[in-house]
Amino acid sequence: MTETLVMYMRLALYSAMAVYTLAFILFTVDLARRSAGAPVAATVGSKAVAASGTTALLEKTDAPASVGRSTPRYLRAAMALTVIAWVLHVTAAILRGLAAGRVPWANMFEFTLTATAIIVGVFLAVQFWQDLRFLGAFISGFVLIALGVATVNFYVDVVPLPPALQSAWLVIHVFVATLGTGFFALGAGLSIVQLLKERRAVGKLTKAKFLDTLPEPEKLENMAYRLIVVGFVLWTFTLIAGAIWASRAWGRYWGWDTKEVWTFIIWTIFAGYIHARATRGWRGSRSAWLAIIGFSAVLFNFTIVNLFFKGLHAYSGL
Amino acid sequence: MATSRPSDSSGAASNDPARPSDHIDQDAPAVEPGGDGIVQPRLGVMGYLRFFWRQLTSMRTALFLLLLLAIAAIPGSLVPQVSSDPNGVIQYKAANPTLAPVLDALGIFNTYTSVWFSAIYLLLFVSLIGCVIPRTRHHLNALRAKPPATPARLARLEGFTTRGTTVDAATAVAAAETVLRKQGYRTELYPAGPGQAATSVSAERGYLRETGNLVFHTALIGVLVSVGIGGGFGFTGQRVVVEGQAFVNSLASYDSFNPGRFFSESELEPFTIVLDSFDVSYEEQNLKALGQAVDFTANVTTTLRGQEPAPATIKVNEPLSIGGTQVYLLGNGYAPVVTVRDPEGAVVFSQPVAFLPQDANLTSLGIIKVPDGLSEQLGMRGFLYPTAVALPSGALTSNYPDLLNPILTLEVYQGDLGLDNGQGVNAYSLNTDSLTQIAGRKSDAPTIELSPGDKVDLPGDLGSIELESIPRFVSLDVHHDPSQLWVLIFSALVVAGLVTSLFIPRRRMWVKAVTTKDGVTLEYAGLARGDDPTLTAAVADLADRHIEQLKA
Repeated sequence: MTETLVMYMRLALYSAMAVYTLAFILFTVDLARRSAGAPVAATVGSKAVAASGTTALLEKTDAPASVGRSTPRYLRAAMALTVIAWVLHVTAAILRGLAAGRVPWANMFEFTLTATAIIVGVFLAVQFWQDLRFLGAFISGFVLIALGVATVNFYVDVVPLPPALQSAWLVIHVFVATLGTGFFALGAGLSIVQLLKERRAVGKLTKAKFLDTLPEPEKLENMAYRLIVVGFVLWTFTLIAGAIWASRAWGRYWGWDTKEVWTFIIWTIFAGYIHARATRGWRGSRSAWLAIIGFSAVLFNFTIVNLFFKGLHAYSGL
Repeated sequence: MATSRPSDSSGAASNDPARPSDHIDQDAPAVEPGGDGIVQPRLGVMGYLRFFWRQLTSMRTALFLLLLLAIAAIPGSLVPQVSSDPNGVIQYKAANPTLAPVLDALGIFNTYTSVWFSAIYLLLFVSLIGCVIPRTRHHLNALRAKPPATPARLARLEGFTTRGTTVDAATAVAAAETVLRKQGYRTELYPAGPGQAATSVSAERGYLRETGNLVFHTALIGVLVSVGIGGGFGFTGQRVVVEGQAFVNSLASYDSFNPGRFFSESELEPFTIVLDSFDVSYEEQNLKALGQAVDFTANVTTTLRGQEPAPATIKVNEPLSIGGTQVYLLGNGYAPVVTVRDPEGAVVFSQPVAFLPQDANLTSLGIIKVPDGLSEQLGMRGFLYPTAVALPSGALTSNYPDLLNPILTLEVYQGDLGLDNGQGVNAYSLNTDSLTQIAGRKSDAPTIELSPGDKVDLPGDLGSIELESIPRFVSLDVHHDPSQLWVLIFSALVVAGLVTSLFIPRRRMWVKAVTTKDGVTLEYAGLARGDDPTLTAAVADLADRHIEQLKA
């Protein structure tokens, strides 16, 4: 039974990765087309707005977030493929959970599988709020690499939960951490685009014309901020839920275990990010860098700390 | 949570409670052309104190300290810490003899209690207090204040929109006030001039945003204080208990005990815990995880003073609460009961000895010391193989953690155990410097091998040794931490404050009725105080509702 489920899980996962690859290619083609197709309309549009008056007005104009009216064909196909890949991806995670008879995030392979599904889920859900399809290449590329590393390097067979993990907090603490990671990932993606646009604005990156079709740096910064504050609240909750669990499983709520230290470091970096918005001279590229550093710390916490640092969170299964 | 602090240069501006909570200070004004540059004011002692206080409580310093704290926390994760991994520290020092003294001098092995780490977070919290107190004062004033007078030119503000109406100005403004009140705004009517009828309504809502912000920061201080003070009243103690044995909660019965700064022995409730049995289940179906422990349950009988004994269980994620403490199940293993008799058959030693697990199949190492009763002091180094199998080399190993084919092997030494010189000796190690091996690889007699029930003679007519049984032991951690509840309460407030301060928009709204010769034009506009992405939509929504109200 378990073997069969694991077989279907692999099938679903490999199919998802194949479809993500196609989606990634189309997202990239879309970016290339944005560079090729002169974005005259967009440039003129924003210039006209800028000329008409205050910056307050500029913000309210719908930024040319998607590609021009001409051919959003590739983008739409890429989004459709992403949805299909995501459904396969979620199926794989559910099958893994069924095979193991528990939540599919008890070791590094399962955690990567589920976390990436949630990241894509957040990416898709956020589209209802803002058009962030231009981040598709970033998200699908990131998820592909993560899934590749997970299947090649992190894969472990289904084994029962050790007693230390048998707790309802496994469901809550880890799931919320994953959700927070999804928001931080999107925030970091927006911050990267923001930095690229700022570089282009000062005459660098002259070939990356597709950047002109993306929202203005200030709007990118605002969107990143709104995503990251959600991530920050989730991360704060993760930290506290982890402390409560630690007090039940290990007999102390905080003990500066390596994973605890890094969770604290990440919390502090994003707290700094939020304060940076209210500090003169720290808006703009500096706070964008903080968002990127924060997300890098999240990745470091998951990979390097799990694999190479000694600590109590030794659940990679490797 | 990001909000105005006394500003870096133009302090007066952002101390003004009328400023939005995340107001950004303007760049410092350029030096007047033709002036003599900056003239530094003369500062006295108080002046300098005020200057440093200003610097410390500025947002920029707070941000710097936050990021510094993040960086300062890193070394403690790279190098083992005395608090969480004392053995790791010893190994690290042995492996890095040149680097370790330098790190030791810098306090890296105790990063989180070191002077420099403490200095950073204490400065951060002083800065935080210096920010929270004045802001609380401002906020209390703001809570009592009326919404400010309607600006003259609403068109300059956000979401500006107009609507026409046929009713007169006073009716329209009154209706607007009703709509705004329904939406939770605090309102105030303003006339166009002194003594005239009201022509505009000014409204503000979202005071909870700032309240939440202050609660968040104050609760952080609360967490720190609870940890700092409350932790001092607690204690942690460890005790190994073998099946069938009892543990009495008194200072003498702990194997190790770490009291907090303000601990007094009277805090210990004299309860007893008897370990009736310790059940372990192993995975038996899944071939890929055969023998992996899937459950540990300690069945105990507890007795509080003056009460009847009661049964209870302790599991890994389910500590036992008793007498104001939590009792955790943190480790377990086997404790073979070994009986040593002298040549006449009189028992000189008979007790369980805890063996420390060395691998996943519970191959365990233990030391047995028999100081009295025989002609020589005896020391034994033993290995217990719960399910013994012979390797091709002839050496034994264990291939399953349960007791399927248990074998205890003992290397026996005689001589001076070093127990009589008054110095403490580690019960889990055997110093063989002044001992002679009498059974084992380095002596004529072979290593002793025992299964439960076996009894063999010791070499040299010293007597006999018998393996009676192999019960399990558990290592219990007893914790008392009165700060825990407070930390939890403040943490809940941290989350509540954070959510309120980030997601409740604080905004002002104005509705103004302008009477022209064609009738009355209604003007609407808003002002964001802090991050407020939906303000424009909210103004438009207000205008629509207002018009609807006027038609009704």
